[in-house]
Formats: sequence, structure tokens, C-alpha cells
Amino acid sequence: MARAVTTRHKTIATAAAWIVALLIFFPILYTIITSFKSEQEAIQGFNLLPSGTMESYTEVEAQNGYFKFFLNSVLLSVGSTILALLIAVPAAWSMAFSPSKRTKDILMWMLSTKMMPAVAVLFPIYLIFRDTGLLDSRVGLMVMLMLINLPIVVWMLYTYFREIPGEILEAARMDGASLWNEIIYVLTPMAVPGIASTMLLNIILAWNEAFWTIRLTTTEAAPLTAFISSFSSPQGLFWAKLSAASTLAIAPILIMGWFSQKQLVRGLTFGAVK
Amino acid sequence: MATQQTRSLARFMMAPSVVLLLVWMIVPLVFTLWFSFQQYNPLNPIRDGFVGFSNYALFYSNPAFLQSILNTLTIVVSVLLITVIGGILLALLIDQPMWGQGIVRILVISPFFVMPPVAALVWKNMIMHPQYGVFADIARFFGGQPIDWFGQHPLTAIIIIVAWQWLPFATLILLTSLQSLDGEQKEAAEMDGAGFVSRFIYLTLPHMSRAITVVILIQTIFLLSVYAEILVTTNGGPGYASTNLPFLVYQKALLEFKIGQASAGGVIAVILANIVAFFAMRAVGKNLDR
Repeated sequence: MARAVTTRHKTIATAAAWIVALLIFFPILYTIITSFKSEQEAIQGFNLLPSGTMESYTEVEAQNGYFKFFLNSVLLSVGSTILALLIAVPAAWSMAFSPSKRTKDILMWMLSTKMMPAVAVLFPIYLIFRDTGLLDSRVGLMVMLMLINLPIVVWMLYTYFREIPGEILEAARMDGASLWNEIIYVLTPMAVPGIASTMLLNIILAWNEAFWTIRLTTTEAAPLTAFISSFSSPQGLFWAKLSAASTLAIAPILIMGWFSQKQLVRGLTFGAVK
Repeated sequence: MATQQTRSLARFMMAPSVVLLLVWMIVPLVFTLWFSFQQYNPLNPIRDGFVGFSNYALFYSNPAFLQSILNTLTIVVSVLLITVIGGILLALLIDQPMWGQGIVRILVISPFFVMPPVAALVWKNMIMHPQYGVFADIARFFGGQPIDWFGQHPLTAIIIIVAWQWLPFATLILLTSLQSLDGEQKEAAEMDGAGFVSRFIYLTLPHMSRAITVVILIQTIFLLSVYAEILVTTNGGPGYASTNLPFLVYQKALLEFKIGQASAGGVIAVILANIVAFFAMRAVGKNLDR
């Protein structure tokens, strides 16, 4: 673009954008800062300089057994994502490469299942889980999270796979590649980036899911969403501890999220905005 | 050309996804529909049985019902207004040439990755707490009285928290759309003497309209079922002041064990979501025909 940008314009835009961005980020920043304060410091008014103590972090582990919840979050989000990919990759693959007249309808219908309010089926699901002994089990919740995100996974993979040109397959076939070689040497390398970003976004969504993970667990399978919710009733001085637990709960996903901004737009708008 | 063989292979590859989603959609929904016409109380099973539409009548005559519908709509509309207007302004700002644009983007998008219970509890305790919160500190600094957000303005407090979570989403999507605007078109308009405002109204806004539609539809789906934010902050109170439809259904089902009424509420939630879904599907569906 040839448009000249004056330094003054750029300075004002920079200042304004940074101020707004820092204001939006402030609750997260302040939580991280407070997590390095002692409980006494945390309630002594506004203060951006913590003493740097790590006691809240050790407390959260010692008193609440933080690590078990963290491990559950990792297991559930990664497990449900892999499960969803195993089921969705073949489906998205066949829809992208041998579409039929009904492919579009099937895709739309899958998306519509995502619009069912969870609360409408809360009790039946609760009942089914209770009677099959799945309540508070990692397997049950993993299946649940897989089902919730399956439509998004199929959709995202479909939009990625659709961009792989069919001509390349034909060219490979003309060169005498067997079906096996075609899959290994031609398709897989082109599909990996799409699968990877689908995986990333889905892990984020599963990690942050806060309806079923809270309602279908008690102790054994409870992930971080349930753990953090237990702080909803105040328990004496707990500001620093809440901050430490929150920081630990959001840090991994925040970092993953920063890397997946572009895919996020695509995944969450079902390819409508790229 | 698709042969008979590849076509049946395709069907075979699609089957697991389709069957799973079919079961996931139909089985619980049929249960809910069935329960909505039953008197069913696991704690007091003596009077269980078919009751026709009386659950719907009971749910409807419950003063909390109308309030919860009103609260649900208030949350959806307020958060949409804040995030869409705020998102457009923020996207326009971030799209300007500046230093450190990448970092600004990262800071702005961050709240979206914060899990709902954390977002709600951080706001409740660190920011809005009437004694130890940052807002209270600011109020005292200026000699004012700190506001008891969750006691006095519970719904407003929840709207602020939810808007903070969704503003990044709206901004990111609108920014993506803004950046796909053809630079040459913008330049041509500028050369023709179009000022910032008319450029925005006649060029930028029409270009973003599709992204705005998508933001509104997707957010509506999620905003209709705000749950964790209410659970960890106000628990629906005081009274029913911050109870929305999902929260009311949850209370009826798992706290009061009035399964019939809860199911009737669930069916109403489905109808509400379907009205939105109808428009959402049309908007997304158009994209497939491209």
C-alpha cells in the first residue's frame, strides 16, 4: 500500500490501542500478580508489585490437591480430542473427496446438534450416567466432551480437506501411485496442518467446557473447571490462593490460544470468516 | 467419477459420526420430552405418572419463569450490543498502523481463553468485590462509595463479565474480516475524497456485514446458555434477579428434583434455541454454496 502513514497518526493509534489492550488484559494480569502475593498483601488495596512469594502455589497443591484436577483436565481435553479426530477424520475426508448430493445437508444437520441447549438434556444425561456408573468417571466425561465438539471437528476438518486440490490425487494416480502411496506421500503431508490446528482448537474448547464438566463430576474425574468452581463460596482469606489456582488453570491454554488465533476464527465461524 | 465402490466406502467412513450424533441428539431429547409430561420426583415417587401439560402450566405460572426468560434475553441482547459495537471499534483501532500490533492482538484476544469459572471468580473477587476489589479501590481513591455489584446489580455484573469474555471473539473475527478488505478499493475511495466516516459507512461496514452476522449468531447460541458465570457468582440471586432459563432448569432438576417442570423448561429452551438456529443455519448454509 502506498498510503503514507504519518508518524503522528501512528503514535496516537499505538497509544490508544495499547491502553485499551492493557485494560482488557488487566483482570488476567492482576490475577497473575496477586498469585505472587501473600494472603495479607492480597487484601491490602491496589498494588502491582507483589513480594514474589510462591506460598500460594504450594498451598493450592498442599491443601486442595491441585495437580489431580490439572491431570484430569489434560486427560479429558486431549483424550476427547483424539477420540473426536479418530471418528471425524474419515467422515470429513469422505465428504471432502467424494461428496454426494446429501453432503451439505449432513453437514448442516451436524451443526444443528451443536445448537441444542445442554440444559435441555441435563436430567436424561444425568440419569443415563448415573445408571451406567459413568457419573464422575473420566471415560464418561471424555465421551461427553467428544460428542459436544464432534460437529466442530468434522466441520473444521472438512473446510481444510476441501482445500486440497483433487487434481493432485489424479496426477499421483497417473504417475502410478498405489492408493497406499497416495495416502502416505500425497494426502497426509497436506492434511497434517489442518488436523493439527483442529486438534489445538478442540483442546482449548474441551479444556474450558464448564457445564458438563461441573455437573457430571464430583471428585475422581473433576477437572480444573470444577476445582475452580469450588472457590465460589469464600473460605476466609483466599484471594492469593484463588489467583494462583486461576493462573495455573489458564496459563497452558492461554499460550496455546495465542498460537491458534487464525484457526480460532476459522473453526468457530465454521469457515464462514477466514 | 465416483464409482459404486467409493460411494459405499464414503458412506462407511461417515457412519460413525452420523450414528453417534444421531443417538446423542435423539435419545436425551426424547427422554426430556417424555419427562415433561410426567410427574416424576425421585425423592417422592408416590404420585408419579402422566400429567399432560400441567408441568408447562406450572413452569409458566412460576413467577421465576417469566423473570428467567427476561433475564436470558437481557443477557443476550446487552452482551451482543456491547461486543458488536465494541468489537467494531476495537477492530478499527487495531487495524491502524502501529507499533507492537502483534502484542496488542494477543492481549485483546486473551480473555476468550479464560475458562468461565475463572473469569467469573476473578471478576467477583479481584475486580468487583465491594471491599477488596479494584473497583472499590478506585471508588475509595476518588472518595466515592464502593458498589456492591452482586448484591445491588447482579445482572449487570454478570453482563459485564460475559461481555469481557466475548468482546475478544467479536474483535478477532471482525478484525479478520476487516483485514481482508481490498486495500486498493480503500485507496480509490480515499482518492475520490471519501472521508473516514463515509468510507466506513459505504465501504467498510457492508464488507463486514457478513462477519457481523456470524458474530451475532454464534454468540447468541452461547449466550442463551450462560451457566458457570451465574453458578459461581450470584447463584441466581438475590431472589431470581440473575437467574436465566438454563439456571432455572438446573435448579428445578438437580436441586428441587422437580424433573417434570425442569423438562418442560428444557423443552422451552430447545424451542428458543431453535428459533435462533433457524436463522444461524441459513447464514452459514449460504457460505457452502459459494
